[in-house]
Formats: sequence, C-alpha cells, structure tokens
Amino acid sequence: MFAYTIRRLLAAFVLLILMSIVTFLLFNASAQDPARLACGKNCTVEQIASVRHKLGYDKPIATQYVLLIKGLVAGRDFPDDAATKKNAPQTITHCGAPCFGYSNFQTSLVSTLIKERLPVSISVAFFAFVLWMVFGIVSGVIAALFRGRWPDKILVGLALVGYSFPTFFIGLVLYTYIALQWQLVPTPEYISPLSDPVGFLRGAILPAVTLAMIYIAGYVRLTRAYVLEAMGEDYLRTARAKGLNERTIVIKHTLRAALTPITTIAGLDLGALLAGTPITETVFNFNGVGKLTVQSATNGDLPTLTAIVLISAAFIIVANIVVDVLYAYIDPRVRYA
Amino acid sequence: MSEGITVAEVAADRPHALGEDFLQVENLKVHFPTEDGLVKSVDGLSFDLQRGRTLGIVGESGSGKSVTSQAIMGLHRGSRAQVSGQILLDGEDLLQVSDERLRKLRGNDIAMVFQDPLSSLHPYYTIGNQIVEAYKVHHDVKNSAARKRTIEMLDRVGIPNPQRRIDQYPHEFSGGMRQRAMIAMALINDPKLLIADEPTTALDVTVQAQILELILDLQREFGSAIIIITHDLGVVAEMADDILVMYAGKSVERGPVNDVFYTPQMPYTWGLLSSMPRIDRVREERLNPIRGNPPSLINPPSGCAFNPRCDFRHQVDDPQRCVDEVPLFDPEQLHPVRCHIVPARRKEIFESTIKPRL
Repeated sequence: MFAYTIRRLLAAFVLLILMSIVTFLLFNASAQDPARLACGKNCTVEQIASVRHKLGYDKPIATQYVLLIKGLVAGRDFPDDAATKKNAPQTITHCGAPCFGYSNFQTSLVSTLIKERLPVSISVAFFAFVLWMVFGIVSGVIAALFRGRWPDKILVGLALVGYSFPTFFIGLVLYTYIALQWQLVPTPEYISPLSDPVGFLRGAILPAVTLAMIYIAGYVRLTRAYVLEAMGEDYLRTARAKGLNERTIVIKHTLRAALTPITTIAGLDLGALLAGTPITETVFNFNGVGKLTVQSATNGDLPTLTAIVLISAAFIIVANIVVDVLYAYIDPRVRYA
Repeated sequence: MSEGITVAEVAADRPHALGEDFLQVENLKVHFPTEDGLVKSVDGLSFDLQRGRTLGIVGESGSGKSVTSQAIMGLHRGSRAQVSGQILLDGEDLLQVSDERLRKLRGNDIAMVFQDPLSSLHPYYTIGNQIVEAYKVHHDVKNSAARKRTIEMLDRVGIPNPQRRIDQYPHEFSGGMRQRAMIAMALINDPKLLIADEPTTALDVTVQAQILELILDLQREFGSAIIIITHDLGVVAEMADDILVMYAGKSVERGPVNDVFYTPQMPYTWGLLSSMPRIDRVREERLNPIRGNPPSLINPPSGCAFNPRCDFRHQVDDPQRCVDEVPLFDPEQLHPVRCHIVPARRKEIFESTIKPRL
C-alpha cells in the first residue's frame, strides 16, 4: 500500500512535468508576442524589447522553460542576466517561489494573485461539493427505493430539469429572486470561512447552490443507477435470505456497494471544480480563480493563464491519486501489489 | 393433496415417510407478468418433505426449480411475481405470514445455500462479518459470542485455520472454501429446512463431492430437512431420498430415489437419464440429448407440456390426448407420473427400449 502510494506520487510528478511542458509549448506556439502583450498597446519597439529582455522572452525556448520551472521551485529574478545583476542590482525584481511570473494586467505577481483568488474558489467548491453529495445521493437513493413510483418520477424529473438549465441561467434566477427580490439570503459576497464561517455560508450559499444544481442532477441519476444495480446483486438476495431487516439490507449491504463507485466520480468532479468556476464566479461577482481565468484569457495574460492551467492540472492529478488511494481502503478487492 | 386423507394414511401408504410432513407445498404457482405475457415459472406444484429427509428437485434450465426455492424463502415478496397456493412449514403458511414473521423464519428456520458463492457473498465485508451478522440477527448475543460461534462453524465446515480466515474477504477464499463459508452461514442457526440451490454447480468435481458430503454430515447432525436443487442427476443420486422431476413449472415424476433412477416412468425422465454420461457402462460414443428445446413458459404446449418433444406419443392409445389433456399427477401415490401412457405399457417400454440404452 505504501509502495503503491509512493509509485503513484512519482507517476503524478512525471505527469505534472509533462503537463507543464505541454502548457508552456502551447502558449509559446500562439501567434501573440508575449512581450508585446505584457507591454501593452502603446509601446514603442524599444519598450517592447526592454520588456522582452526583462521577462526573459529573448532567451531560447528551452532556457525559458527551465527558468519557469526554476521559478516555481526556487524563485527567479527579472531580468535574469548576470550583467544587469552586477551593474544595476536595483533594477532587478525578485519573484519568490513559487514564481509564476508577473502579470502586467493585474500589476501583481501571479503567485500573489493566485494566493488571493484560490481560497475563494476552493471554499465555494467544497461548499457546493457537500451540497451536491448530500442532496444528490439522498435523492438518488430515495428514487431507487421507490423505483417507478411517484417519488422516483418527481426526483428524476427535477434532476432532468435542473440539468437542462445552463449555469448562468440558474445563477441569475437565484440571484434575482432569492437574493434581490425576496431577500431570503444576504447579497452574495465572499467572506473567508476562516474568519467568519457563518458569514461565509450565508454569503456563498447561492453560488454553491448554483454549482451544486448541475452536479445534483447527475448524481441523482448515478446514485439511482448504482443502487438499482446493487439491488439486483446476488449478495442482496443472500442478505434477505439471512432474515436481515430492510434497514440493514439497504444501509449496510446496498449502499456500501452502490456508493463505492460514486467516490471515484465525486473525487474527480471536486478536483475539476477546485481551480475555479468561471460562470458562477462571474454571475455572483466572486473574485475567484474562475473569474481570473476569464480576465486573463480576454487580455492575453499569458503568465496568469499558464499558472491557472498548471494549477488546474495539478488539482486533477492530485484528485486522481486521492481517489485511487481511498479506493484501496474502501474496496477490499483492490489490491495494489 | 386431496381432502379427507389423514397424515397417518399417507404415511402408511408410503413406507419411506417417517413422520409428519414438515414442509408441504400445495398447488404452488409463481407467475411473472412481463411485456410478452405471463411467464408461468411454477404452475401448480405440490410436494412434501419430512424432517431429516432430502428431496432432490431436478429439471432443465427454466423448469422452475430455483423459482420454487425462492418462493419457499419468500424472496419473491415485493417483486412483481404473483405467487399463489400454499407453502406450509410446520403447519404455518409461508405465503400468508407477515413480512416480519417471515423475516424471523428466514435464516433461522429456513436457510439457503446459493449457486454461485462468489456473487452471493458481499464483496466488501469479511466472511466473519457476514456470518456473525446472520447469527446475531436471530440471536441476542454479544459480538464476541457470535464470533466464537462463527469460528466453530467455519471449523465445522472444514475451513482450516478459521481464527485467521474469519477476517478475510470472500475474494481471498477459493471457490470451494467460499461455498463452505456459505454453508456455515446457512447452518449457523441450525435451520430445520435447508434449501441448496445448485450448491456445487460452480465448483470443480473434487470439491463437489466434499461439499455434498459435508451437507449430508450436517444433516445427520442437525436432522434438518433438505431440498437440493440441481440439474446434475449424479448429485441427487448421491444425496436425495426422493426425487422430484420438474418440467415447465410442473412436477412430472416423483418417487424414492431408487425407483426414479432404476425404474423411471416418464419419457422426460428417460431423456434426462439417457443424456447423462455413465462411466460404469460400455455404451455407444454419443449421448442421447432430448430433442427440441425447453418449452415457452408463456405459451406452454397444450396438454402434456412435454408432448412436442416426446418420442413415445404413439404409445398412448389416443395420441391426441397428449395435445388435448394435461395428464393427471396423483401426489398420493408412492411414485406418481404425469403421463398418458398406461403404467403397464410404460414399464414395458422402459424395460425393452430404455433400459438397454442407459
């Protein structure tokens, strides 16, 4: 088990390296000149050249990549050349690890931006995760237990309706009616859950519900399908033949089998959400990574985009490992030798 | 069973009947409504079984063997199956009792060993957990006592090193060991009736014999009645006191094991026996399968359900009766047969045509 975890971590590390290379190459392959983008619209040729030198875009591609990685691990200096360091050390900007570069558009280090924005996205994602897991799974189980009867039809129908609406629509409807018109909750705003947990829950409930809606719909149907599948298994017949009561049969025997595959999907879905939700964050004006993504993409803010892509990839990879390792504990048949 | 005949008379009529009928199945019907029509899986089945005796139910796939056993366990409750008739266990009608009463009987008075021990055991719980649970649901004891009892039972069914094996998962057991664990689970509450639904089908031959021997041993010890359901005639020959042959949801022949094996009377039973390989006889190379396919259970053939596949219809004085009229099956006889051929003629055919071929 331990050896397995270590091996998975090594593999993940290699995957991250590959991911970073691909991301780096993709952004370099774009037709845009990163120095020009960083400099702004009204830059002279000289200014662009100076920015290019300062940000290191004049170096060979391989060197640029090495510097990017070095920045991530150990931090880096702009511009990174020995002559300037010697002659004019006061013009050097140091960017501490993990250094994703400098965003001219946000006039801030990318790492600072990320540090500000990530907690917003992560906390809202976890809030939504809890909501959709609880409501999705409970509804799915109820639908399966009442298969073909009205609770099943209503829940599955609602799930389909929820699934059919686009996120921005659900978000705007909730915002307009729940928050503004009926004032059932305070106007959505981000309050750090660490400083004021209750305030966070009140402020983030609408974005969390909006996000959860889409997932609840999927999870109702998934849970329902897995529970029904488990109910057809031979070992449930055995459980019944033992004379167990219905509660034990459902909770201990059916759900244990039905919910195990949900772990996998839930872990990956959460991993994908952690790196921001552009639409929801924009609708509710939450300054999370999702909104930052939209801004960077519109502005061509390459350092920020690179950072976001790398972080998203890292979340997915980590979620994968967590799920795999969890699985070994949940399903005794999974043996990693 | 017709009215007015006392148990004593029945017993006197049947030298093999040792005591009161413990299980009486009376005109059992299990029908499943489907989109294509009503599937009559079991259609008017009657039999009875005494304590300490073993009944073997044989028949092709789809003859209603397993459906019968699940009806006895009440496993069709809550499904769309339509079950009618009577299943009397010690005088109590299992089709009428409340769900709660049935739940108390299940696993305690009636236990079942299923065909495929891997899929019948829960993959996420240890063998011990599953057997302890089966014990505790019917006994108000502490975990430690239930665990001790489970270890004893695992030891009793021949699982080596039960103290260690109890904490293993089903996938860590071999096929034979899993079936032993299933048997331990079924027998842990000393059931009065054990239903074994193809208990050895998933096992290899050497293990089969051990498992059957084990079931018989445990029967001697606990005096349980056993129903063993199989399509393997070798298994019933070894295990059963009586044989019930089923075809298309109905009984077609029933009798003491030796009678049915050595003087079978029904053309379908002849077919089953002829299609069984025999190692102790010199014979032609080919087996004689029964021609045709098992009948549709939605629209079974009219008259005798076996008539389209029967090679002996011309032996009936009026062969048209096989198509028009369901042959009677008199459960009061020692060796009842559902066939229009007159008994003397059947004996003659068996002696002259069938026996030399077996």
